[in-house]
Amino acid sequence: MGSDRRRLTGAHFMNGDEACAEGAIAAGCRLFAGYPITPQSEIAERMSQRLPQVGGVFIQMEDEISSIATVLGGAWGGMKAMTATSGPGFSLMMENLGLGMMTETPCVLVNIQRGGPSTGLPTAVGQGDMMQARFGSHGDYGVIALSPSSPQEAFELTARAFNLSETYRLPVLVMSDEVVGHMYERVTIDPEKIEIVERRPPNAPPETFRLYEPGPDLVPQGMPAFGDGYHVHVTGLTHDERGYPMLDPETQAKLVTRLKEKITRNADDIIALDERELDDAEVVIITYGISARTSLGAMQMAREKGLRVGMLRLVTVWPFPEKRIAALADRVAGFVVPEVNLGQVVLEVERSVRGKAVVRGVPHAGGDIHRPEQIVAAIEEVLNHAA
Amino acid sequence: MPLRTKTPPAPEILHAQVHPMERFLRVDRLPHIWCSGCGLGTALSCFTYALDEMGLGEQDVGIVSGIGCTGRIAGYVNLDSYHTTHGRAIPFATGLKIAQPKKKVVVFSGDGDLFAIGGNHFIHAARRNMDLTVLCVNNFNYGMTGGQFGPTTPLTARGTTAPYGNYENPFNLPYLAASSGAVYVARWTTLDARRLKEAMVEAIAKPGFTFVEILSPCPTNYGRRNSLGEGLDELRYYERKSVIRHGADPKDADLTLGSEIVVGTFVERERPTFLEVYEEKILKQQAQ
Repeated sequence: MGSDRRRLTGAHFMNGDEACAEGAIAAGCRLFAGYPITPQSEIAERMSQRLPQVGGVFIQMEDEISSIATVLGGAWGGMKAMTATSGPGFSLMMENLGLGMMTETPCVLVNIQRGGPSTGLPTAVGQGDMMQARFGSHGDYGVIALSPSSPQEAFELTARAFNLSETYRLPVLVMSDEVVGHMYERVTIDPEKIEIVERRPPNAPPETFRLYEPGPDLVPQGMPAFGDGYHVHVTGLTHDERGYPMLDPETQAKLVTRLKEKITRNADDIIALDERELDDAEVVIITYGISARTSLGAMQMAREKGLRVGMLRLVTVWPFPEKRIAALADRVAGFVVPEVNLGQVVLEVERSVRGKAVVRGVPHAGGDIHRPEQIVAAIEEVLNHAA
Repeated sequence: MPLRTKTPPAPEILHAQVHPMERFLRVDRLPHIWCSGCGLGTALSCFTYALDEMGLGEQDVGIVSGIGCTGRIAGYVNLDSYHTTHGRAIPFATGLKIAQPKKKVVVFSGDGDLFAIGGNHFIHAARRNMDLTVLCVNNFNYGMTGGQFGPTTPLTARGTTAPYGNYENPFNLPYLAASSGAVYVARWTTLDARRLKEAMVEAIAKPGFTFVEILSPCPTNYGRRNSLGEGLDELRYYERKSVIRHGADPKDADLTLGSEIVVGTFVERERPTFLEVYEEKILKQQAQ
């Protein structure tokens, strides 16, 4: 296995939740604050076992609200920090997720999605929190959300989430699901392939430093930790570049527009897509997470029937790859969008396609995943409609 | 129990153009938003004098506030200061302390923020003996939002959501803090400025979860609706009603309308802190 207790390397048989925890540790996460909830508890359990081995801190909080608040505090204290939850806890975290967005706090929030609304299906799969991930906290802000389709990718994307959170200064969401979380597969950890982005130090001495002065990429220029001598003021109120509260429409427009545009303007760097057999495709399956695993089977079944089908897997769900989808819409007959919800990401596909091709959702209320035949039927429907 | 009983000496009166504790203040953010007669200025002054007396530099202390009038304190101190969401100052401060265990972390917030919306975090941080100092300015109502009753409003006192008088029983904050596990519990009014400053020094110096309740006038809202007069009249009321009783059992420190106000240092005890236990029992064994 080639692993010491501090640094896990080599090939392992683990589930997506455990891989997520290992990805965080590999990226430098040293604080986990969380609250038990199915189906994410294996992340917390793995963190409680592993963080002490690497000199980190695991703290089990009294609820999900305090979990994310502790993560934000830890981040301002200079740590890389993470929390993980599922639907009900994700809802509770929304207010402080907004604080993290407003104060541009780098950290990672993992959601192992289950069936909702409310307590819903505690132990069974769902993908119904995708729009909540985009719009869940009040007000306007840009979002980065990644969606792993395997334990290997749970490892890699959790590590990448930390890097993106440091580069773009915001809480980054890992939108996994119960099946990927509980699925056991081979996870190979090669330390030489793990890129680590460290926190940008302040670009000026305390006398001239401005906490929220953006660079050309619209991202603030470095982040001092508590005790570095910068006497920062960090507030959830609308604030100017010094970080001081300024409650006028001009400051609001400048700040909130930047929070949104720092993601849209850098979307090409953030967006990762997994494209399969698109060259001759007449129909493209657009999907993410566990639904992409089912869709791969559906694509193979359709190809065996002689149908020209490709797949666009959204490794990054937010920001949305609208330019790529618009370009495909010019040359394909249509799209099918399987997801374990009653139609969320399909709305963004429709918006991107702008009526230039057929778009069919393949909804599923949750508790189970699609059968590939359901997706093949939707593909055939699109082809019949286009014929 | 080592309880302090003597009154500290009076400081000399200074005549100065600048606040003697200016180095702890963000003067570019003044004037502050607080009403005339409010006790928050006194509470903030006491805090700066406490830091000065302890010889703490601006890099040694961080301050975390929630939302409300007291929540604005974070914006006026020239320290690393974090103005968080309503009720969540304590968990945010928990993360800061874990990240920088050698620094002092002070939560400065109001009674509604800490004990209504944030009550769960208070009791759990006290249970863990998280190494934080919580300074609660209790003005008996929600001042920022216009004078609604809150978790400390005495029975029958009036608020904008209690126009016929409050029909809920309030928390006894020192009793709650002591029963939840706080290692230092004191209560003073903003009239007792020097004793309050001393309590802040003791609370900040002591490892573990320490708590000081600061009774403060709110003439604009609580005082006006309860015929307590101006801010100065409320201080005179404190002078008449308060009784220093160090070591009193916190359960006997209830505040009811018109009754005596028991102040003093109620609890001083030793318990290992969260980080001490984590360091000793977990980190040292696992890192081998």
